[in-house]
Amino acid sequence: MSKYILSIVVTGLLSFVTGLYMPWWSIAIAAFLVSAAIPQKPAFSFLSGFLGVFLLWEVLAWWIDNKNNGILSQKIAVILPLGGSTILLIVVTSVIGGLVAGLAALAGTYMRRLIYPPIPLAETA
Amino acid sequence: MKFVPLLISSLTTILLIIVFDTRWGPAPAFGEFLSPQYGFWQNAEPVDKDFSQDLQLTGLKDPAEIYLDDRLIPHVFAGNEDDAYFIQGYLHARFRLWQMEFQTYAAAGRISELIGPKALNFDREKRRLGMVYAAEKTVAVIEKDPVTKAEADSYTAGVNAYITKLKESELPIEYKLIGYKPELWTNLKTALLLKYMSLDLAGFETDFEFTNLRTALGYETYNKMFPMSQDSLDPIIPADTISRTPGILVKAPAGSDSLYLQKKDTLNVKEVTKPDKDNGSNNWAVSGTRTKSGSPILCNDPHLGLNLPSLWYEMQVSCPTMNFYGVTLPGSPGVVIGFNDSCAFGLTNGGRDVRDYYEITFKDDSKKEYWFNGKWIPSDFRFEHIKLKDSVEYIDTVAYTLFGPVMYDKSFSGSRKTNHKYYSVRWKGDDAGNELLAFNGLAHAKNYADYTDAIKYLFTPGQNVIFACKNGDIAITAQGQFPAKWKRQGEFLMPGTDSSYMWQGMIPQSENPSMYNPERGFVSSANQFPVNPAIYPYYLGVDYPIYRGLIINRYLSQMSEIGVEDMMKMQLDTYNPFAGMARPILLKNIDSSALSDDELKYYETLKDWDLHYQAEGKGASVFNILWDSLKGIVWNDELEKAGTPILYPYNSTLLEGILRDSAYEFIDNINTPEKETLKQDVTLAFHKAAATCRQLDHDGKLTWGKLKSTRLEHLAKIAPFSRMDIENDGGEFAINSEKKDHGPGWRMIVQLTKNTEAYGIYAGGQSGNPGSVYYDNFVDNWAGGKYYPLWVMEKSDETDKRVKAIIRVTK
Repeated sequence: MSKYILSIVVTGLLSFVTGLYMPWWSIAIAAFLVSAAIPQKPAFSFLSGFLGVFLLWEVLAWWIDNKNNGILSQKIAVILPLGGSTILLIVVTSVIGGLVAGLAALAGTYMRRLIYPPIPLAETA
Repeated sequence: MKFVPLLISSLTTILLIIVFDTRWGPAPAFGEFLSPQYGFWQNAEPVDKDFSQDLQLTGLKDPAEIYLDDRLIPHVFAGNEDDAYFIQGYLHARFRLWQMEFQTYAAAGRISELIGPKALNFDREKRRLGMVYAAEKTVAVIEKDPVTKAEADSYTAGVNAYITKLKESELPIEYKLIGYKPELWTNLKTALLLKYMSLDLAGFETDFEFTNLRTALGYETYNKMFPMSQDSLDPIIPADTISRTPGILVKAPAGSDSLYLQKKDTLNVKEVTKPDKDNGSNNWAVSGTRTKSGSPILCNDPHLGLNLPSLWYEMQVSCPTMNFYGVTLPGSPGVVIGFNDSCAFGLTNGGRDVRDYYEITFKDDSKKEYWFNGKWIPSDFRFEHIKLKDSVEYIDTVAYTLFGPVMYDKSFSGSRKTNHKYYSVRWKGDDAGNELLAFNGLAHAKNYADYTDAIKYLFTPGQNVIFACKNGDIAITAQGQFPAKWKRQGEFLMPGTDSSYMWQGMIPQSENPSMYNPERGFVSSANQFPVNPAIYPYYLGVDYPIYRGLIINRYLSQMSEIGVEDMMKMQLDTYNPFAGMARPILLKNIDSSALSDDELKYYETLKDWDLHYQAEGKGASVFNILWDSLKGIVWNDELEKAGTPILYPYNSTLLEGILRDSAYEFIDNINTPEKETLKQDVTLAFHKAAATCRQLDHDGKLTWGKLKSTRLEHLAKIAPFSRMDIENDGGEFAINSEKKDHGPGWRMIVQLTKNTEAYGIYAGGQSGNPGSVYYDNFVDNWAGGKYYPLWVMEKSDETDKRVKAIIRVTK
């Protein structure tokens, strides 16, 4: 469980840092590296990658929007079109980031398994 | 087999990234666009953003300071003029980059690069009018003069100092939405921006409409529908100040009566976009004899297109040799309307017809040779490369004759389908001029002599340049370089087979109507005839509105002890002088016994109306609907014979026609055997108008504010970036000439006391960023008729509480 939470936090932080220097899709690199480094079951690695970036983008978007009094998000949520809903726009934003990171994290875990195959359940029992 | 999960998950990830990194149709690439670190979120500016910073700009000669006040107006203090223009360029780019570049794309016919082939006709029209050709010639003239070369070069360097440091995440949001990046700025782009203004202000003509009308109805009828004078005219220059021996003796070519005025011609051409006829403006200056302070007051409110971001960007620019305050055009150095330490200056549009067409006879479709003065002579060619988004380049081959570019030919007929003829366009905007030098001169002007010296460089667009000075002088000049024309020259398509129909010369500068310190104590203009056309040796055309000019002069001649608050009241005045003259004759000719109870209600509304365009009232609406209805009834029977596009005779023509003669000949419907009377026409018009009013009333849209519904549309028509449905006072014929998408977008009042006292407001905000609180923060106050004091800052005011941010610039 702690590995899961650690993965979420590290994915979020690393994604933020790569985002300062690399294109938007560097979140995939961050999520891939984190789950390649921290052993997790595939389903959990997807979730941790997804949540890591989902939460990062959620917090960033919310923070920016809050300081902007929603001036721009309300306009963009009409263009996209999301019925002018800022909340929906923040969710869509975060889901897109989360999906890319989640899939990349999944790939990271499979990569790790190729190099360090997981110990079969029977032996640990 | 162990590779399979890795392969599938990796490929899916990459695929997803590609999907989110690609633009699908008009939609942006969602990954980048939504990323809080790259996309639109980065344009969401904190409402309490601190704009203060230390800035290092390579290319600057001395350190400088920029003080941003609470309205985000920059007060620039530079060490020298080059630096001043450099910083102006930097600030224009910092706050208005997308707008200024987009306008040059439009001017250069490059919109297809952004949105694809659907803009091709728009682009071809700009290219074929010679916009790029003209801008190239203008750059040569600007760069030949050391003063304007330094100004333009510094400005360009300043814009580029911003662009080259611009990070992807900082791109204005329109670039992110449409999906392109800014190019480096050039002096050519500055020239294109100037041509963009020339097209807007001096590109209007109705030659094809007029030719169709004349062909269908005959010249005699045309002559009555578009008379060469107006009964109630009060021209800009009232006295006969025109020299009796004109510098150019213009003569209509021999045989022009039958070969030109009476010619029958069928045309299949229609412009794609027409510059707006609604580009009006007011300006006036009163001398100290009429003011409370004893010093002159100058007022100006240009009525150009209302858009967001606004056409205007307000600033104060100061250096040891210059200190101006006013509105500037993002994309061009200098100031357009404003004041300096000694004087103030303003503009209204001259509105003269400086765009004519000639029919060319080519030897064959190759357009290589055309018939001129009795022989075949070779044409030039210009190849216009129009890049199309997601498609191959389109090359438009444009032939150039001695008259100008062949705008319409078999391959291009504007928005029409076919055309079998060739028309060259002779447009004054295609000539080179150095308008930058004119505005540079005004920014530096200390007295009347400097003013006259400066404006002589203003060729196109022709403007009524008004002036007032702290020494007490006031002046106005109908300035521009205008072709000297004979009567009706260029109103219809002209023969292009010899030189006889060419422009015979330009009106000498000394013969531009002008007035200096008149006895009446004021000068003014509102786009009316510059002088009485009967006394001017050159033909002035027919298209001049008269009513704002009438009311301005009536007010000013009655006023004394004028203060700035009186001038504000006057700029905001909503009295409709046209309705003042038209309503009595309309009421007299409505047969009220023939009206239903329902219709009587609107009759009473019209009768009780106070003649002001009040947003909440219905009187202005009923009058407008009735007048439009009457126009249709009177003119449609004639106009139907001429085919589209329809052009109604001017409002003054119909009003003066029925005031002069109740049996005005056009009242008769030529499609009926009976001879209609004015009473029949007006009553019928009222029945129709009442039906329209009833419907609007039912929908709750009959109040004037709702019917007019002023809007500030985003330049790329992005609806959420626009401000729609503004219900404010004002209307076409009033001084406060508020229309749907045109109106007094900048209002300025300058009292030239020892310490200048100035007020102003424009429809918009200083920032071009729709994510900024400064994007449209002036709009509500502007719509409500408020003014801001214009603060002429001194360097020593650095600690004044109005200074909200300081940008310190080092080289």
